[in-house]
Amino acid sequence: MSDPILRLEGVCTNIAQYHILQGVELEVPRGAVTMLLGRNGVGKTTTLRTIIGHWRAHKGRVLLDGQDITHMPTPAIARTGVGFVPEDMGIFANLTVEENMVLAAVSGPIDSARLDWVFQAFPPLKTFWKSEAGNLSGGQKQMLSIARAMVEERRLYLIDEPTKGLAPAIVSTMARALRELKAQGASILLVEQNFSVARALGDTACVMDDGRIVWSGAMSELATDAGLQERLMGLSMDAH
Amino acid sequence: MIKAVLSGDMPRSVVLASILGLILFCLALAPFLFPGVRTVDTAARICVFVVLVASYDLLLGYGGIVSFAHTMFFGIGAYGVALASTHLGRGFDALAGGALAGAGVAAALAFVIGLFSLRVRAIFFAMITLAVASAVAVLVSQLSGLTGGEDGLTFQTPRELGPAFKFGDELFGVKLNGKLLSYYLVFTGSLILFLLMLRVVNSPFGRVLQAIRENDFRAEAIGYRVVRYRVAATCLSAAVAALAGSLYAIWLRYVGPDTTLSMEIMIDILLMVVIGGMGTMYGAVIGATVLVLAQNYLQNLMGAAGSAIEGLPVLPQLLDADRWLLWLGVLFILSVYFFPTGIVGRLRRS
Repeated sequence: MSDPILRLEGVCTNIAQYHILQGVELEVPRGAVTMLLGRNGVGKTTTLRTIIGHWRAHKGRVLLDGQDITHMPTPAIARTGVGFVPEDMGIFANLTVEENMVLAAVSGPIDSARLDWVFQAFPPLKTFWKSEAGNLSGGQKQMLSIARAMVEERRLYLIDEPTKGLAPAIVSTMARALRELKAQGASILLVEQNFSVARALGDTACVMDDGRIVWSGAMSELATDAGLQERLMGLSMDAH
Repeated sequence: MIKAVLSGDMPRSVVLASILGLILFCLALAPFLFPGVRTVDTAARICVFVVLVASYDLLLGYGGIVSFAHTMFFGIGAYGVALASTHLGRGFDALAGGALAGAGVAAALAFVIGLFSLRVRAIFFAMITLAVASAVAVLVSQLSGLTGGEDGLTFQTPRELGPAFKFGDELFGVKLNGKLLSYYLVFTGSLILFLLMLRVVNSPFGRVLQAIRENDFRAEAIGYRVVRYRVAATCLSAAVAALAGSLYAIWLRYVGPDTTLSMEIMIDILLMVVIGGMGTMYGAVIGATVLVLAQNYLQNLMGAAGSAIEGLPVLPQLLDADRWLLWLGVLFILSVYFFPTGIVGRLRRS
């Protein structure tokens, strides 16, 4: 793999007394969607949060475009062009949809063409533009969460389980929006439990188990090899 | 025009707008509508507390920061004016210099406290502010040579703000003297500071503060440095509280630990914020008005009610004027129970 946008080299992260990440080696290719897969509790969310600086890696390095961001504060990492969509959406419920979006556009006023594109991907956001975000439905909140990352062009998108707990119709909307983001050449590291979504979106895949990457390769390879899926996912299931 | 003055933050409720309009009308014309030393003094206290509570709401309601040092900043502003007037003589330059110096010292102290304690858990900041406020209150009592100790300082304001200064005969039966000018100085100063606070919370800075209050990690992940914003809010809030203290000192022409630095005032501020509604700014207006009026007139009201129902069993004893604090407590409990988001929050939702 040549010139990845993000590289994790032997990253170990502890949360309190727990060793969550135990030497993660990961490369995210530029302009592609990398799926981070694995069962619950193997360290996928911690990996994303370590990249954005919420949790500090106590060993190893996180390189964004070759720049070491391991010890940079979270806001500085975000301002280098990393958009993060957390698992819990993290919308600002007391602010309007508009205010949420304006806050997310840290480099200046929102580009109107970009906003139109976001509205095309998520029409309800236009409808509820002046409404308090706390009054949106669960699916609309998730749309807002992703739209905030999309409102500006980022070098890298970190997206944590965007379809979790959503109705099938909303999942389709999410998948369509992420496909459009991918079509623009965005580099995305996506944690996803829904394998059909992962298969449809992913270019490459990395499977985690016990705080490590245990397999990485082309998504197509994983998607078409039932034995490999069984071995990787089954391995995790059996081990725990 | 009104929308621009209110920084686009309209009351969003007809009832609320009517109440706010009525309060503004009464405060603007208080010396003419309610002539009398006590009523005008109550109106001036409401003006000052509106600003003080609004500045605290910036911290608590918008920034999610709990501080117990707000009366300390209020006191610093009040003592700034008192010390400047005592040492530089009675003049507007001394008042302005003292007020600005007080605001500057308050902001600097808030900066130091914030920088060291806002990086960690919010509870740590609350404890630090409590400790510093207690230490400053003790220091003010101990440094009697400078501050007047427990007795406080009585000082002279410019002649134009005293009752002896006349600039006309009478208008609607009200003497046109320096005390009237002093009231309008307090009223105008409070109005300007309140509108300034309204502008701040409706600016991009205010939006970021609200975002931080709701989810500080998410705000950081978007690219905002939480500590910087929290420290800036603390400094701004402290400076405005100090200016409110300066206005209060100008009105009273006296400062003392009990009038500006006591924990009772801190509790009053908390009650006003909660009763009015946190994170609304207009809550400061409602909360300050309700509580100051209750503190000043509940006792009289109960005395009158007690006399009116004399002869009935139990009720006159319950409404005895000496039990006004008990009823103030009941009023607070009821308001929290029926208006968990404060009066303003409730009115806006209905």
